[in-house]
Parts: sequence; C-alpha cells; structure tokens
Amino acid sequence: MATIEISHLSKRFHDRKRNAEVVALDDINLTVAKNELLCLLGPSGCGKSTLLDIIAGFAKPTAGSVTVDGRPVTGPGSDRGVVFQQANLMPWLPVWENVAFHLKLRGGQKGERRAIAQRYIDMVGLTGFENHYPSELSGGMNQRVGIARALLMNPQVILMDEPFGALDEQTRMDMQNELVRIWQEHRGTIVFVTHGIDEALTLGTAVAVMSARPGRIRELIRLDLPRPRDITSPQFNELKRHVLDLLRAKRADALSA
Amino acid sequence: MRALPLIGRLERYIVPILVIAGWEAFSRSGALPAALLPAPSTVVWAWADWIFAINGSTQTYSGNWIFDTLASLMRVLAGFGIAAALGVLLGVAIGWSRLVEIVIEPTLQALRPIPPVSWIPLAIIWFGIANKPAIFLVFLGAFFPILLNTIHGVKTCDRNLIRAGAMVGGGNHELLRFIVVPAALPSIFAGLRIGIGSAWMLTVTAEMVAVKSGLGYVLWDSYYFLRYDLVLAAMASIGMLGFLSDLVIRAIMARVLHWQRNTTIQGEED
Repeated sequence: MATIEISHLSKRFHDRKRNAEVVALDDINLTVAKNELLCLLGPSGCGKSTLLDIIAGFAKPTAGSVTVDGRPVTGPGSDRGVVFQQANLMPWLPVWENVAFHLKLRGGQKGERRAIAQRYIDMVGLTGFENHYPSELSGGMNQRVGIARALLMNPQVILMDEPFGALDEQTRMDMQNELVRIWQEHRGTIVFVTHGIDEALTLGTAVAVMSARPGRIRELIRLDLPRPRDITSPQFNELKRHVLDLLRAKRADALSA
Repeated sequence: MRALPLIGRLERYIVPILVIAGWEAFSRSGALPAALLPAPSTVVWAWADWIFAINGSTQTYSGNWIFDTLASLMRVLAGFGIAAALGVLLGVAIGWSRLVEIVIEPTLQALRPIPPVSWIPLAIIWFGIANKPAIFLVFLGAFFPILLNTIHGVKTCDRNLIRAGAMVGGGNHELLRFIVVPAALPSIFAGLRIGIGSAWMLTVTAEMVAVKSGLGYVLWDSYYFLRYDLVLAAMASIGMLGFLSDLVIRAIMARVLHWQRNTTIQGEED
C-alpha cells in the first residue's frame, strides 16, 4: 500500500532578476510505501527541498500531483509532520509547550497536553528539559524538540528537511541513531532530505538520487543493508561508490552541456 | 552585565547630587532674584506643603497634590488605555491582512503627521473644557506609536514559525493568536513604552489649555501667580509619575517577555 504517490510532478519558477524560467523539478514520479524511510539525496539546488515543500503543502506544483494516503495534497496539515532545517520552535514557549503545540492549537486541557507531551519528550531523550526554553538548549536538543513536535501529531508521514545539517559530526551521528531507533520502534513513513551520502545510506530503506537543473530523480536505490549499518563495511563502500559515480556523472554532464 | 560593586552603585548618584548642590548654591548666591530660580530646598518645602499641607504656603493647593495627581493619572490611563486597545487591535489587523492595510492604513498615515497638540482647538469645540478633550489628546499621542510598532511586530514575524504552525494544523485564526501576536509582543511593548511617554506629555499640555485641574493646570496656574517653586514641584511630580508608569510597563514586560532573558542584550540587564 502506497502512502505517498507523486506522479508527473513539475515545478517551474520564474527568476525575475535573470528573466528566465527555472525548472526546479522535472517530471518526478515517486512512490513511497508505508513504513519506508526514503532519503532524497542530491546536491544543493537539485530541488529536493522544493519537492519536500510540495509534499508538505507549503508550495504548489506547476504540474502533476501528490497524494498522501490517497488524498491529494492541497496545503499544509497535521497528517504530515515536518522537521525543518532550523528547528523553528516558538522561542516564547518552553520545551513541553512546543512539543504539544499541535494540542494547544486544538485547545486541549493543559494537564492533558502536559502528559502527552511528556511521552514524546521522553521518546527523544529530553527528559528533565521540559521547562527549558529553546534558547537555553543546544542545536541538537532543539532538533529533538522539533522531532517530538512532529511525532506527537501521530502523522501519516514525517518529512525531514536536512534536520541534522547544522549539527556537528558527533551529534549528527547520535541523532541519526536516535532517529532509526524511533522509526524502528514506532514505525511510520519518513521522507528525509539530505546532501550527505553517508547519512542517506545510513538511514534509508531506499535512496532517491537526484540531479540538478532540471531536478530529476536519477536512480532509486533500494537498500537492504543490515542495521545498525557499518559505514566502513565493503557493501556500504560499494554503494557509496555507486552513488558517487551517479553524482559525478551528472556533474560531468552539466559541465559539458 | 555583571552586578556592579558597591562603589559602582554609588557612582550613579554623583552627578545628580552635584547638579542639585550646584543649583542650591547658585540660587542662594543671589546672582538671580530668588523668586526666578527657587533653590531645591524651597521647591521641596513647597512640594511638601502641596502634598501634606504642612504650612499652607501653597495656599489653595495646600494638601491637594493627591487630587491633582489622580486627575492627571485618570486622564493618562483613560487615553492610554483606549489607545493601547485600539492601536494593538488595528495594528494586528493591518499587519496581518493586506485588505485591511489597503483600506485603513493610508488614512491613518495621512493623519499621523498632524501633531496631536494642533487638535486642541477642535478638541475643545467638540468636547468642551473638561476631561474629554484631554483624554482625546492623550489618545492621539499614544495611539500612533502603539499602532506603528504593532504593525511592525506583526509584519516581521518569522515566516518559518508560521510554516511550523501551519504544519501542526493551525488555521489563520490560530496562527494569528498563537504565533503572530506572541511574536509581535516585544514590538508592541516598545510601542506601549513610547505611548505612555506621549500620554503624559499630552495630559500636561491639555491641562494647561483645556482643563481646570491636574498637575499641568497647577503648573500653568502657578506660573501666572509667579510661584516658580510650585512650577518646579509640578514638573518634578510629572517626571516622577512618567517614570513610575514606564516602570510599571517595564515590569509587566519583564514578566510577559521573560523568555527573552537569554536571547537579547536587554535580557542581560538583570
């Protein structure tokens, strides 16, 4: 059963300064199955974040369609949780209120909101920081709050836009392990945008390698490496070489074109 | 900033003490007739009688300070209260809705450059000599800074926070209430602080011209009777009340915006 269905999707911008049409996404066809963790991998400017924005409902496609569980996407909604590049937390709310922001908008009782928030705060390992403000936490901890906020809505899918991009190497690896753990324990469909080859191969059940200008899906690679994944294993390196070849070939195309 | 050591706490009193001592000495030296520049000690005596009726030196005003103060305070609170309610409400509407902005903002921007005091003749014709023209002027003076700061606060709300709110399922109404307004609060408070300053300025102006009570009236009346000690006492009273009302707003602001403590330079103060 498919959860996300993207068919013949294109997105064109008009660059007013250059007075030119920019094709950000060109005829994207992609199916993400239930409980899949799909990584969208590509260089900056390949349209991977635009694609995620369209699935989230923040942007509209020029042509084509996206459906989530059979329903066409018309705007943002709580059936699709988004974890942003920057955590985008409300700086005036403590951690638990940020996590339970979905319930606050729906007018839930404070005690109930607090109790539900606690479950997700524990889940992302922030127990004890419930009453801290975002400015009092590190970048990695803020991202955990962002993840908890998305999880709490119990969405059909979670869309992640380079959520660990601004973190240091060590923290990023911890967060990747954490994400895999949460995904394994709670099941769910995740689309994860990244420009890190190691990150994509560490996390994904599949990796969609994208090319830039126009943004296209170059190849969809299914991964069946055992978890936890060993980024130094021969199989991992073989896959990595293959992905690098794909990315290099595109660059060569782009340069000779 | 770290807490100042004791000597640093004393430093802040050096300049005021020198100014007052110099003023006292100058007044007593006889370079000017004593009536034209009363010494601080004379002012304090007049002020004390105005407040506590100790020796009747301020004649009809003796012991009336609290009533004069309450009269002015009431006008400030009324005018400022209306300005705050309307300024924040309209400011949020203009900042949030392009339609409201197009319909209302040009008119308000056309009215804004007219100094509030130039409304005095019309205010008197419309409302007579009483509280109403003063409240009207106070309202005019406080309204625009509150309005403009609210608009600014709403318009500079981080788009990404609104995205996050839409993501968790917020409609326009929820986004406005739970994201845009809280995000605009720092600007709104900046507007309120400017507004309360204008409010005192205009109360006093109105009382000099259009009302027969309040601190501004005492100030102007004493000028006619050559009681410059009372003029100075009235000035000091107005300054003190202006300072105190700003202090109240700052205290409320510190409570409401306590989340800013770790994010801004201002937050480092305490």
